[in-house]
Amino acid sequence: MTEEVTLTIDGREIRATPGDNLVKVARAHDINIPSLCYFEHLDQPLGTCRVCMCNVDGRIVPACMQRVHAGMEVAFETPKLSDMRHAVLEMMFAEGNHVCPACPKSGDCDLQRLGYEMEVRTVRFPHLFKDRYIDLNAKRTVVDTNRCVKCARCVEEVRTDDGKQVYSFCNRGNETVVAIDYEQEARLTDAQARKAMRVCPTGAIIVRGEPSWTRPFGDRRYDLHPIRGPETLVRRKKTKATPNKRDKKTVATISLAGCYGCHMSMLDTDLGLIDRVDIIEFNKSPLNDIKEFTKRCDLGIIEGGVCNSDNVEVLKEFRRQCDVLVCIGECAVWGGVPALRNTIPLRECLEETYLHCESVEPGQGVVPFDDDLPKLLDRVYACNEIVKIDHYIPGCPPNADIIWKSVANILWDEDNSILYSDFKYD
Amino acid sequence: MTPPVDDRTQLLDALWACQKRHGYIRDEDVASLADALAVSKIEIEGVVSFYHFLHRQPTGDFTVYLDNSIVSECKGFARVKQAFEHATGSAFGRTPVSRRFGLFETACIGLSDQQPAALINFYPFTNLNTLKVKQIVAALERGEPASSLCDEVANNIRFAPGGGKAIFLRDYEPGRAVRKLVGQDPQAIIDEVGRAQVRGMGGAFFPTAIKWASCRQVANSPKYVVCNADEGEPGTFKDRVLLNKYPGLVLEGMIIAAYAVGASAGIVYLRAEYQWLKHKVEAAITDLRRRKLLGTAIAGIAGFDFDIRIQLGAGAYVCGEETALLNSLEGKRGEPRTKYFYPTEKGFLDQPTVVNNVETCCAVARVLELGADHFLRTGTTKSPGTKLLSISGDCRKPGIYEVEWGTSIHEVLALCGANAPHYIQVSGPSGECVSLREADRRLALDDLRCGGSFMIFDHTRDILGILRNFTEFFKHESCGVCTPCRAGNFLVQRKLTMIGSRLARASDFSDLHNWGKVIGATSRCGLGVSATNSLRLAIERFPEYFKSRIIPDDNVTHFDLEAAVKAHEEFR
Repeated sequence: MTEEVTLTIDGREIRATPGDNLVKVARAHDINIPSLCYFEHLDQPLGTCRVCMCNVDGRIVPACMQRVHAGMEVAFETPKLSDMRHAVLEMMFAEGNHVCPACPKSGDCDLQRLGYEMEVRTVRFPHLFKDRYIDLNAKRTVVDTNRCVKCARCVEEVRTDDGKQVYSFCNRGNETVVAIDYEQEARLTDAQARKAMRVCPTGAIIVRGEPSWTRPFGDRRYDLHPIRGPETLVRRKKTKATPNKRDKKTVATISLAGCYGCHMSMLDTDLGLIDRVDIIEFNKSPLNDIKEFTKRCDLGIIEGGVCNSDNVEVLKEFRRQCDVLVCIGECAVWGGVPALRNTIPLRECLEETYLHCESVEPGQGVVPFDDDLPKLLDRVYACNEIVKIDHYIPGCPPNADIIWKSVANILWDEDNSILYSDFKYD
Repeated sequence: MTPPVDDRTQLLDALWACQKRHGYIRDEDVASLADALAVSKIEIEGVVSFYHFLHRQPTGDFTVYLDNSIVSECKGFARVKQAFEHATGSAFGRTPVSRRFGLFETACIGLSDQQPAALINFYPFTNLNTLKVKQIVAALERGEPASSLCDEVANNIRFAPGGGKAIFLRDYEPGRAVRKLVGQDPQAIIDEVGRAQVRGMGGAFFPTAIKWASCRQVANSPKYVVCNADEGEPGTFKDRVLLNKYPGLVLEGMIIAAYAVGASAGIVYLRAEYQWLKHKVEAAITDLRRRKLLGTAIAGIAGFDFDIRIQLGAGAYVCGEETALLNSLEGKRGEPRTKYFYPTEKGFLDQPTVVNNVETCCAVARVLELGADHFLRTGTTKSPGTKLLSISGDCRKPGIYEVEWGTSIHEVLALCGANAPHYIQVSGPSGECVSLREADRRLALDDLRCGGSFMIFDHTRDILGILRNFTEFFKHESCGVCTPCRAGNFLVQRKLTMIGSRLARASDFSDLHNWGKVIGATSRCGLGVSATNSLRLAIERFPEYFKSRIIPDDNVTHFDLEAAVKAHEEFR
């Protein structure tokens, strides 16, 4: 047994065996350095996801590449490092096409868990909406490249009995995908196929015919074993744009390319709404059916993304008329469900819907177009791609309590701490 | 017939053989290679799809790779591209219908001093223009071989320091360096190289003596010496000239390295773009063998056995990174390794390996030939010696310049006859850009490091256009393994494309600056670390330019509604 050494993580002294991996050592002491590619048993770590960035002895490095030594000084929780880790995680959300409600790994997904744990409300990058494919040709597993974060875990870990690789990276740059060897894949045992799904930190590898993976909300892996205690608080940071005085405020709301679900959620406070009428005056809003702005507003609440020329005009009008704009719901934040069309050219979407769809009689279809109707945009845009947005409240829909708490926080600087267990928006 | 392979290190050669014989790699080639190596087919597919000169679709009788680097763009790339399409009836980037001409764009092919340039069946064609393209295509159609039609590539050696100070560009006599090894202790060689302060000339500037010493002290054998001739940094072509003019000197540097670290085998990793130089290097190897300077008992030193072979790359900028190069040598995807182990500890086939750039090899050979004192008499105290610059772009005399360390940007610009320079890119896209305000800065380790590429742009070149070209390059050349480089460069490229050459909000540029910082700090290898250097520095060093591109911030982004509704308008 080697003599233990002392290192410090954020000033805290920790004893560990020299040569051990920093991620492992930190986790053993309840310091959760996030990672999507780290495996304890790999002596040469993959080092692909880059979410575990730390400052070790003055250098910014991934923690998974560090072996602990005596006197090692690690900084982990600093604003700069935290922002860096956030940025890398956000890149993954922007790069792939991640739709948690449609994913069987939701609740079992490491990427999603990290999103919650690191309190990602929105992504600073515009989503790329690259057209990626789902490979349905293999016998035992389905690979959905939309969800893949290219961590290389399956490439390294999943092998047939005679040691042949089943998955391999193909292409390079942003065209890199995990491709399947159909022949070898068919030879996987049940246990090996399940392992493939388990090592995948997202829902990119799904075993066919394994319904046991889909469990109801509350019973999923990270519902039952959250990394953070459910009672910890998630706080919203105050921003400079926040007006401070406590008096009656004027609020406008709108639903663009959304389903009005977020508006329904706003109404879902029952009697609470009556209390709010005393302190909030609604201007233009579907809640009171005021169609045009009659005065300048303190706050504009936007539901839905931007899918047509009318949405663009309305959103710009909101920006002009409101001091602060807040996006509520996934569609406003990044495009959401309507943005699922973004990987397909508009022409194909319209032709499929109006010309080639089974319900259309052959030769009878016509793609609607009228100068009086709003024009569809080539894709659905997030609100922040059109105007500056000040705050984001994610969720599908966000629950009423969270919406009003956040609004009160923005308008009157009230405390907006919510339980981590409530901070889930899949 | 698929060529036989015994082990994985022969995979690239076998794939090349298939590619050349059939114009592409067929399904049966993949299957039989997988079979021979006892790996899954997808592993072979993974390798093939990594390298851009290997294809899984027919590429035609003639493959044209047109250089799309920024210098080519400035010198008429668009016109030449169009001329090729008109003359051949093929379209760029698609499988040729006629199976005659396959047209492809490629990153810098190391001919920046004679752009626009292309490789046709991997033979060089330089200084292209519309008329020349027509004539070339017509001659190829007539059945004249590309090997006889291609251009004699000029070395364009323009300047070397006088007074016998030159280190690289001076006469070469085979064996003069290697014979100095006789009677010397390997450690003494390392000490002499260390005294001359030779550093890695590929751009990382790691002290060569330290690298050698750490390899020497590892007990494992066999050890390997690899010469990195994968000169991919856009704008650089010094290694091309060294391999063309002094191939023997390069090899002698490898022999010296082998003696110093105790290596028994050497490999020259030659980039695929330079395969027209392969016969020169082969001839030099044969010549050295004939002179008993390669093989067994080199230069009569009992027990000093060392031989060199050439490995051809297959098209991947990132393979210039030494650990990616090692993976490529092993017949794998050229993904850089993590720095968990250094190559000197676990390199080629997990054996101790020294990887040195072409110019570094030449430098160490000259250390033995001329002595460390010669180095110490040139350059500056902190950076002794000279540096080869590959100068291209808007200047009268593009070509190779050997300058002493300590030479200022001003002096370099005057030497090459730069016309109204405005934006200077030192060390290629992954290096840094310099404005005339910094022209007093000197090329030195403690000031402005230069890996070799030196591109000059005048006032007529749009800076955003230059940066877009660089970002496109990195997006395409990223190995795709780590998130920040793979996704980050794509995000930056999207944003730059969105901005185009139009006006943007101030926050667009600050976003780019911040994203660049994150990509640089979190990437896995040097490619990602340096990919956004130029972008960040350009924003800092050309404030007037970027200020003139900014529209007042009214909280509304620049959204092109007209463009966004165009697709729907088509249904009018």
